[in-house]
Amino acid sequence: MADTAEGAVKLVLKKIRLPLAGFVLELDLELAGRVTALFGPSGSGKTSLLDLIAGLRRPESAWIELDGRVLTDTAAGVAVPPRLRRIGYLPQDLALFPHLSVHQNVLYGRKAENRGSELFTLERIAEVLEIEPLLDRSIGELSGGEQQRVALARALLSSPSLLLLDEPLASLDAQLKSRILPYFLRIRHEFDLPLLYVTHDRFETLALADEMIVLVNGKVAQVGPVQEVFSRPANLAVAGLSAVETVQPGRIQKVEGGLASVAVGQVRLTAVLPELPAGTTDVHVCIRAEDVILLRDASVSSSARNQVSATIRTLTNSGPLVRIELECGFPLTALLTRQACEELALQPGEQVTVLVKAPHVHLIPR
Amino acid sequence: MTTEEWQIVWFTAWVSACSTLVILPFGVALAWLLARGCWPGKSILETVIALPLVLPPVATGLLLLKLLGRRGVIGGFLHDSLGIDVVFTWRAVLIALGVMSFPLLVRSARIAIEEVNPRLEQIARTLGAGELRVFCSITMPLAWRGLLGGMLLAFARALGEFGATIMVAGNIPGQTATISLDIFQSVQLGQDAHAFRLLGISVLLAFAAVWTSEWLIRRRGQ
Repeated sequence: MADTAEGAVKLVLKKIRLPLAGFVLELDLELAGRVTALFGPSGSGKTSLLDLIAGLRRPESAWIELDGRVLTDTAAGVAVPPRLRRIGYLPQDLALFPHLSVHQNVLYGRKAENRGSELFTLERIAEVLEIEPLLDRSIGELSGGEQQRVALARALLSSPSLLLLDEPLASLDAQLKSRILPYFLRIRHEFDLPLLYVTHDRFETLALADEMIVLVNGKVAQVGPVQEVFSRPANLAVAGLSAVETVQPGRIQKVEGGLASVAVGQVRLTAVLPELPAGTTDVHVCIRAEDVILLRDASVSSSARNQVSATIRTLTNSGPLVRIELECGFPLTALLTRQACEELALQPGEQVTVLVKAPHVHLIPR
Repeated sequence: MTTEEWQIVWFTAWVSACSTLVILPFGVALAWLLARGCWPGKSILETVIALPLVLPPVATGLLLLKLLGRRGVIGGFLHDSLGIDVVFTWRAVLIALGVMSFPLLVRSARIAIEEVNPRLEQIARTLGAGELRVFCSITMPLAWRGLLGGMLLAFARALGEFGATIMVAGNIPGQTATISLDIFQSVQLGQDAHAFRLLGISVLLAFAAVWTSEWLIRRRGQ
């Protein structure tokens, strides 16, 4: 195992250059996070970057270093073959070997020599990923979610020092996603293993990653802690991708009848409880700006579960809409039509009442 | 069927099978290089390998005769240093059949290997497998049907080979006479009954080989 502190990866990518169809993948990066999300629209070079790191693709130029070990240095002609890189790779199509049983698949990359670590044993991995009952089956007999877990187990058993995941949940429907996501969270907690996780889903990013890289057309648009990137996008491209205006840390205080009571600073919000790993209390609270309703009159009774008083900070015109930054114990963004804004005669500094329906408060484990 | 006819059938089947087995390792290696590699001169080599498919077989035979004869580059070496004569022996039959069926084997093997998802091989490498292990544990098990189909096609092609064989091996009864050579000769001599019996046998053999090959190729898609 890499002896880095608390499973933080030290992945250095320098002078990366790889021409792709229509654009050039070009970046310089240093990753230090435990779970890094590589976030960006389809066709922005995310998979190609993973291929470069795993050594499956030859770059025009690159200098790749993992935990002090140089894996690729085109200038010096260094290219460590993929089998010696100790990088686990979970590709989007999973690439399970169809002619082998689940058991044979899972054991394909198991290292014979003891690496002084009890971490990546079949027993432990089978237990964490709950694949024991699947081991005797053939690949064709597995459901989509089961295939995910088997492919994940296979990658883990090769005792990698870095795990690359290429949109592992993209092919699953929403229900299955919420059932598989906890397994990734478990990997993050149970194994001392850094993850580089490709996705274009903001909820997955929030749920899993500490740090994120936004990749647009082969270039890095922004790097930083997940919450910071989502709440302070560096440019319009990033803002358009992240699409959730308000992301705040919160803590679940009480769960009752499928609803969760969440504290965000001093404010208490009610949210519909999503499927979360058991015992989750720390969450990200996400509210999209178009789901925020503003009232002049605080005495009106409403069906919306969340009613909070707020102060208007700024109003910004954006086309037919007005973006309103509010302070209600935490910063909150609302998006109103210009007409509604004029009718309410909203001005900076004024007091309003904010309404948000419980299903519009999204909770994501953190 | 006379003993002599059985001997011809047996010799033809035996030498065809041997030639297929001899070209197998070269054919698979080349098919793998063509399917997975990207190197300069690849398209030239592809064309050269396909030449025996389109050249007049007699022309290929003539070329082989020049190479393998005692005054040829290869034949001269074999005769002088090893004392082996090739031309007009069973060895010449074997080589002629191998050369003529090689393109079919390479073509089928290449398609079979290309149909294996390269992502599976790449992921096997990230799991620590070296090239030999990837080939034996991933590529081969997934491509074997197509490969076997290709071998049967090569075998069937060898069974019916005529033009190249008669140039380098002649038609020596009991030594180099194959079914096709013998059918030709017996028709020339007016021995039609003999020719038709051999015709029947070759139809059966070819049918079995091609039908099995087609069956394997069809099953692969399922």
